[in-house]
Amino acid sequence: MRSGAARFEANTATRDPGWVKAVILAGSLGFFALFLLLPLIAVFVEALRRGWGVYLAALAEPDALSAIRLTLLIAGIAVPLNLVFGVAAAWAITKFDFRGKQLLITFIDLPFSVSPVIAGLVFVLVFGAQGWFGSWLSAHDIKIIFAVPGMVLATVFVTFPFVARELIPLMQAQGRDEEEAALVLGASGWHMFMKVTLPNIKWALLYGVILCNARAMGEFGAVSVVSGHIRGQTNTMPLHVEILYNEYQFAAAFAVASLLALLALVTLIVKTYVEWRSAEVERQGEAP
Amino acid sequence: MAHVRASRVLPGFGLSLGFTLAYLSLIVLVPLSAVVLRTAGMSLADFWQAVSSPRVVASYRLTFGASLLAAVINTVFGFLLAWSLVRYRFPGKRIVDALVDLPFALPTAVAGISLTALYAKNGWLGQYLEAIGIKVAFTPLGVLVALIFIGLPFVVRTVQPVLEDLDTEVEEAAASLGARRWQTVRRVVLPALLPALLTGFALAFARAVGEYGSVIFIAGNLPMISEITPLIIITKLEQYDYAGATAVASVMLAASFLLLLVINGLQGWTDRRSAKAP
Repeated sequence: MRSGAARFEANTATRDPGWVKAVILAGSLGFFALFLLLPLIAVFVEALRRGWGVYLAALAEPDALSAIRLTLLIAGIAVPLNLVFGVAAAWAITKFDFRGKQLLITFIDLPFSVSPVIAGLVFVLVFGAQGWFGSWLSAHDIKIIFAVPGMVLATVFVTFPFVARELIPLMQAQGRDEEEAALVLGASGWHMFMKVTLPNIKWALLYGVILCNARAMGEFGAVSVVSGHIRGQTNTMPLHVEILYNEYQFAAAFAVASLLALLALVTLIVKTYVEWRSAEVERQGEAP
Repeated sequence: MAHVRASRVLPGFGLSLGFTLAYLSLIVLVPLSAVVLRTAGMSLADFWQAVSSPRVVASYRLTFGASLLAAVINTVFGFLLAWSLVRYRFPGKRIVDALVDLPFALPTAVAGISLTALYAKNGWLGQYLEAIGIKVAFTPLGVLVALIFIGLPFVVRTVQPVLEDLDTEVEEAAASLGARRWQTVRRVVLPALLPALLTGFALAFARAVGEYGSVIFIAGNLPMISEITPLIIITKLEQYDYAGATAVASVMLAASFLLLLVINGLQGWTDRRSAKAP
């Protein structure tokens, strides 16, 4: 929690007149309510519009269940892969000096600035029927595009930077001294990582994983391009929401959407807790 | 730097860097190069025809125009929101602060159908707007609303930390020299926040340009009117026009790279500004 607003309000030099505060608060909170709060509330209201019976039936439907399973499967593969990558990349970038480091960081951020649609398209160009490996794959009867492997690849692409991004600034700030001391004292490389590095980065790591997971489960554009849109087989939860919505099954669409909205809320709660914890650790570190 | 040698006492340099480069190449660089190589393989005439047909040009105008407008609106209200969160006490502040990140966490398809339900003719907001003659859902205005939703946290989260670290001494000095509050904010506070505001603006703009999921539900997707460029790529792909899809994608990629360079520059500026403060 970023407290300290009292500090500004108590200081005559930084205190805004009462009417200014009222106008700015009305403007900013009104905008917040209109554009962020209202859409969130609408998801749950629309989901329950036709009652709990319809709501639960929409979630228990076989196609919905298989969409939930596929979403969990894809996130279950993509998140661990990007977790390992994030730790490795952050370790190389923050603990060593080498040329081209800035370029490497820019490349790691690249998937954030690429449209999700293009993230899907690139895998069609590589693995699709007209793609680089298209004829080889079809000769060996391997399906990547319009099948689950392509959806996993697209998800890995769009969630690629999340863990690395959280770790790099933190590990940069922490420096190398503690690890070097551990080694001098005779710890093995693995021991040093588990006992020194991991405890230092665990909150940022958790935060990165949570964000990565939320995006992996919620990705729509990239996955939509490489999915075959086959009910019960290549539909994730967001794609299932789209199908239901386009079939005018609004209550069912919002029911599935409400699960994703709950996931978003849990993500935000964990994030707030992690920020609070790391601020706490920082405060304790500063105490004599 | 003599430090380079000394730092190599830590293990795992070869392994971690090697894995990073291999994974980066496999997942990101090689697939992205497919767009570039495919486009390079097209004749210039084919390429030009694909990227400059009237329907595609109309989509650029909508995508970049709506993104720009959304980023401007988000810069203004994102600044006000960051200001409220840092400078004022008000009830429910913790919840507002946490929920600002909602667009990062909420799947775009969910945001899309929810905004559509709100702004449709019989929706919570749509029914009142319709009564005064404003149509939002299934028009370019709907695109704007969706892009405002997804871009807002970028501005707030870029400005907020800089505003928190801003030294109040400068404001105190300005006040003691007789500056009015408004003069202080305009002459002292806003210039100090300028790099962060521009960075937030550029991040919100870049995100909006590529956005797909939240837009397609509310846009109505009428060719020439409310069809965004990412949708053009998908439509071409569905018609098996791989070359056309790739050509349009290469235009969007070029725009993204350009924005990435601008954002990197702006972020460097923001960091230097913040670092200069004692």
